[in-house]
Amino acid sequence: MSEHAAVGKLKQKFSDVVLDVVEFRGETTITVKKEQIVAVSTFLKEELGYNFLCDLCGVDYLGQSPRFMVVYNLYNIALKDRLRIKVPVEEKDAAVDTVSGVWSTANWPERECWDLMGITFNNHPDLRRILMPADWVGHPLRKDYPLQGPDREPYQGRLQ
Amino acid sequence: MGVEKTLGNNVLTTSLDKLVNWSRSRSLWPMTFGLACCAIEMMAAGAARFDLDRFGILFRASPRQSDVIIIAGTVTQKMLPVIQTVYEQMPEPKYVIAMGACACSGGIFDTYSTVQGIDQYLPVDVYIPGCPPRPEGLIYGINKLQEKIMAERNSFGSVIGFGERISS
Amino acid sequence: MANKETMTVNMGPQHPSTHGVLQLILELDGETVVKATPHIGFLHRGVEKLSEHRTYHQTIPLTDRLDYLAPMSNNLGYVLAVEKLLGITDKIPARANTIRVMLAELTRLKSHLVWLATHALDIGAMTVFLYCFREREEIIDIYEKISGARMTSNYFRVGGLSADLPAGITEDIRAFASKMPGLVDTYEGLLTGNKIWQKRTIGVGKISAEDAIDIGLTGPALRCSGVDWDLRRDNPYSGYEDYDFKVIVRDDCDTFGRYKARLDEMRESCKIILQALDKLKPGPILADCPKVCLPPKQDVVNTIEGLIHQFKIITEGFKPEVGEVYQGIEAPKGELGYYLVSDGSPQPFRMKIRPPSFVNLQALPQMVEGSLLADVIATIGTLDIVLGEIDR
Repeated sequence: MSEHAAVGKLKQKFSDVVLDVVEFRGETTITVKKEQIVAVSTFLKEELGYNFLCDLCGVDYLGQSPRFMVVYNLYNIALKDRLRIKVPVEEKDAAVDTVSGVWSTANWPERECWDLMGITFNNHPDLRRILMPADWVGHPLRKDYPLQGPDREPYQGRLQ
Repeated sequence: MGVEKTLGNNVLTTSLDKLVNWSRSRSLWPMTFGLACCAIEMMAAGAARFDLDRFGILFRASPRQSDVIIIAGTVTQKMLPVIQTVYEQMPEPKYVIAMGACACSGGIFDTYSTVQGIDQYLPVDVYIPGCPPRPEGLIYGINKLQEKIMAERNSFGSVIGFGERISS
Repeated sequence: MANKETMTVNMGPQHPSTHGVLQLILELDGETVVKATPHIGFLHRGVEKLSEHRTYHQTIPLTDRLDYLAPMSNNLGYVLAVEKLLGITDKIPARANTIRVMLAELTRLKSHLVWLATHALDIGAMTVFLYCFREREEIIDIYEKISGARMTSNYFRVGGLSADLPAGITEDIRAFASKMPGLVDTYEGLLTGNKIWQKRTIGVGKISAEDAIDIGLTGPALRCSGVDWDLRRDNPYSGYEDYDFKVIVRDDCDTFGRYKARLDEMRESCKIILQALDKLKPGPILADCPKVCLPPKQDVVNTIEGLIHQFKIITEGFKPEVGEVYQGIEAPKGELGYYLVSDGSPQPFRMKIRPPSFVNLQALPQMVEGSLLADVIATIGTLDIVLGEIDR
């Protein structure tokens, strides 16, 4: 399988930033170091033409280390090509630099990621809760947050 | 004897009650208050094919002018205070229709952010099941509310300050 | 400039023109909007969390209720993502793909009809609302015959469709798709030349191509800023590459342009529906993947394999490989994306929905700041937002 063109260029430009490259169902996922995310994003946007940030979200791998992944789904409108960047985030230091300076789209998804997943975005222009009420406690999309909320007995099914 | 406490069930007031009930039930003005999917069916019920106007139902955009609030959709914890405020702003007599599974019981959204039935917070008069209910279902629910209003007693007396309205 | 005092006005979440439960805090200088801050989340139902506790099949009904104006598009995006995750994209039968395309385009018509109805109603044209809902009822009748439900269709399945089309439905669809372009002309007759409509829409809510890409606009809103990008053509799915249709691109960047573009899209959708009807050949509607798709009823009753597969799928569901996929489709409102992560269990480990309205709404402050208060309503209408998918 031929390697995605962006991988080589990324490795060439930043020698030790790429941690992992996965090809699955024709999609390329590149895991990069958290510290370099803004530089990598700028490079991908300016040099490689990934001018469109489709989506940004967090994934909680509870029990693994690092616990979180922040996922950036990118798109290149000219080449009609998709690329996915992932950034590992430790639970102790759950913070990533914001990419809202690179793609303005990132503003709300980053707020949502903070709201639901509890990952802070450094230098974000307006990091507030977006979907939950402002006085909400906890981050509901974390795996250790109960589906029905902490105040309610989980529904056991009708027969039990 | 004469009138001592309330205007009881004498001939004069029962017919006035009927008149008041009739006028109330035939001009139910609901609040334009859509929350989710059910609101689209509510709009469809108000549009050309189902035409709620023929029941004297005109959607009002202000709670001050409305008689009935149709909770059409999922109520979330964040939205709940807003709904309560809107309900409090409505003048008496006021009625609540819980439209759809979400408003009745939380529906399929048994999650942290969803209120499991608006009846925990507001006095619901009519429940309409369905996800979402068909416009016919909404119309049937409104007809049921009309029947309920028609069966109320002392509607006239309560307006002029004698006792409470009694809904059976 | 002297120290000018501004006024803060709250709009929503209970407001007839915010298309649901959207709250806007507007800072006004007289009639001019200085700053607009949208507040969302009033319809956050926790779909993404809920899907982690449901099997892949049980998640399909949840997707119906995201963008409730276009349920089949949501279904389509989701089943395509799961099929990609399973690696069975190539196994979908031709008949299923054709029906999917046909219904996705019918859904686009349905969604655009509600957009036009509410957009026109907000700006003051009541007649268009009644006309559009009249036509929408016809689409809903077709929906109902096909799937049994008016709105929440839940018709697509992983691997194909839940049932074949009922007898005689193709004539209904053909009749509707043939007369629809004429009805679009009627709406145009009511609005396009109307002086009030022109005054309320031309030059309102402008956004340039660079800003639109930067903020992430998709769908008709992006194409009206002169960016020629349509996923149906550029990253085709479900066999869209075999259809002949025009991608509507305009460069007037304003509300009027977006209105014209959506009407033209409706005409194109009718063309696609008619082509799909011509392509429709008898054949299977479910892929030949016994571990994923439910077997036909006679196999369940007559063969032991069928019974076992049915039992396994119903009680346990299927287990995709460990991996992650992103599938974007061109929903009526823009790019609808599903990002699915599998950990090898029968439930999605993480499902992230990329709702087009969520990102499009983000552009609202940029589009309304500096314009008049009344233009805010027109701009909300032209973005075609649905709070169900914004808040999820």
